[in-house]
Amino acid sequence: MTPTPRSYDVVVVGSGAGGGTVAQALAPLAQAGRRVLVLEQGPRFGNDEFTGRELEMAGALYHDGGGFLSADGTMTLAFAHGYGGSTIVYTGTSLSAPARVIERWAVPGLDHADVLHRSQRYLGENNVHRLPAEELNDNNRLFEAGARKAGYAVEQFPVNVKGCRGSSLCNLGCPNQAKQGTNRVQLPAAERGGVEVVTRAEVLRIAPDRSLTVRVSERPAGAKGLPSEWPPGEYRVAAKIVVCAAGALGTPPLLLRSPLPAPRSLGEGFTCHPALILVAEHGTPITNDVGHPKSFFVDRAAEERFVLETCMYFPFTTAKALNGFGPEHSALMRAFPRQQQILVLAIDRAADGNRVGIDRDGNPVVHYAYSPETVTGLVQGNRAAARIFFAAGAVRVHAPFAEPPTIEARDAGRLDALIDARHWKPGKQAISSAHLMGGCRMGTSTADSVTDAWGRVHGIPWLFVADASLFPDALEINPYVTIMALADRVAEAVLGDAPQFLG
Amino acid sequence: MLTSVRPVLRAIGVTVVPEATRLDEAGWAAIEDTVAAALASRPATLQRQVLLFLRVVEWLPLVRFGRRFTRLDPARRARVLKSLLDAPLLLVRRGMWGLRTLLLMGYYGRPEVRDEIGYRAHPGGWNARRRVS
Repeated sequence: MTPTPRSYDVVVVGSGAGGGTVAQALAPLAQAGRRVLVLEQGPRFGNDEFTGRELEMAGALYHDGGGFLSADGTMTLAFAHGYGGSTIVYTGTSLSAPARVIERWAVPGLDHADVLHRSQRYLGENNVHRLPAEELNDNNRLFEAGARKAGYAVEQFPVNVKGCRGSSLCNLGCPNQAKQGTNRVQLPAAERGGVEVVTRAEVLRIAPDRSLTVRVSERPAGAKGLPSEWPPGEYRVAAKIVVCAAGALGTPPLLLRSPLPAPRSLGEGFTCHPALILVAEHGTPITNDVGHPKSFFVDRAAEERFVLETCMYFPFTTAKALNGFGPEHSALMRAFPRQQQILVLAIDRAADGNRVGIDRDGNPVVHYAYSPETVTGLVQGNRAAARIFFAAGAVRVHAPFAEPPTIEARDAGRLDALIDARHWKPGKQAISSAHLMGGCRMGTSTADSVTDAWGRVHGIPWLFVADASLFPDALEINPYVTIMALADRVAEAVLGDAPQFLG
Repeated sequence: MLTSVRPVLRAIGVTVVPEATRLDEAGWAAIEDTVAAALASRPATLQRQVLLFLRVVEWLPLVRFGRRFTRLDPARRARVLKSLLDAPLLLVRRGMWGLRTLLLMGYYGRPEVRDEIGYRAHPGGWNARRRVS
């Protein structure tokens, strides 16, 4: 069947932190009569569809229901599809890129002051602020108190919520529309400005003649989300400028599937802050599954290559995060009202061989090996989290890098001996990641990168990238604000180049 | 999909989550539906690998204990599964990890589990919690 033809001036692929930002920034083009289109693979969800039920929401929002695995099966990678992309499922923690990271990236033409300036604009736009003390739950308060007692510098996360009711369900999509993701702020603004957003629209490839092959899917019977704005079928969308903002596991595979003269480093330099969930048990119930789940963090990235964040996950996710099985595992699950949780993120580095590729059907494949430094970061983070738990009064801690994993309070003085890299066994500990970065790194030429400092793909001036795949290396913090700042730069470049391509 | 491996799946299930021994037929059906749905969305090769791994778990203990997995006592079943989780070969650890994940998803994905473990998250957040406290 012949694809249905459509024609636009600018097509943006993806509607998350990158695509949503670009869409809003390009609204003036639409208002000036240009046709701007956003294509989003997932659906547009109704406000009443966010039920907070774990498997139901994970299946609706996340790629592979949240169970997408790295090629060797040792890490779970979480990313979402839908109007708003992964901003639907983040916790809204809003940090700007550290100066040390932007300096280490060493991208000519990209300086920290510019990233910070643009970040601040979005911090304001997204209502970023620190929650008042009375809205913090015990899970967070214990982390803060324990961290201070254990000698760590602890900071409160600014979060981008408005009218947060403390459902604790951020990672399953806020049931109260409180998180100010691109689905709540930038995309609606873009649509009001005349930008067209089409959901359930997967871009299969981009041709050298600047046409996109797009498959619009039917809404499956009984599935969440609205039908697509376009009738189901295959489309050939002609564009003058294309901006890829499909995320680190979307953009590199799309470009690899496309018959374009892509730079040879396409897909290389993948990093992801591999993470572990640590669980401790207190003697009495605490408030943990009510209130914003992520209010504090300890940043030891520069010194020890780990970051600790408060977290509180759902029953299945928690069960999966615990090592082993059987009575001990069950006992800890049944202590849910007494659980305190901490997320340990290792700060990895772009390394040879860690890359995003595609399989024979064009689907993303992530090749990732844990460097000794990354494993050390996880071990050090395990130890620090255990110290914080015990300092906060926990009676026992479940540490994935200990064997057996349960450590009683009486052994709190032996953490360095008990939690050790010798217990690391890929495929045994539940490593996961939600900070997917790299694959289209910025730089100066095809020899070292995929795009320039403004997201233009080397050698293909009409093609831009505007998502976390631009990161040349790990960001060391939660990435969405920096994605928005970089996407803002890309949109500026698009507007600047527009006369050349749009006439 | 799971009919042919149901006995070993359930035997592994009660080893992974001992409380599963208390489930009635409807409870097990819910777990198996969740596992089947999770597998159905995955490539056919992966589905075959999971079914093959289940059969391997069933017959492997014959070498060491002279009995199939489903005929072992709970302690020996646990030893078999632990040896698979600790296996030197990543492929074996991955298989066991995947199986364990599917069963945990089936068990802890049931609505009843909220009351069983005391999980009380509610879309209404603090207000909902104050109402019931």
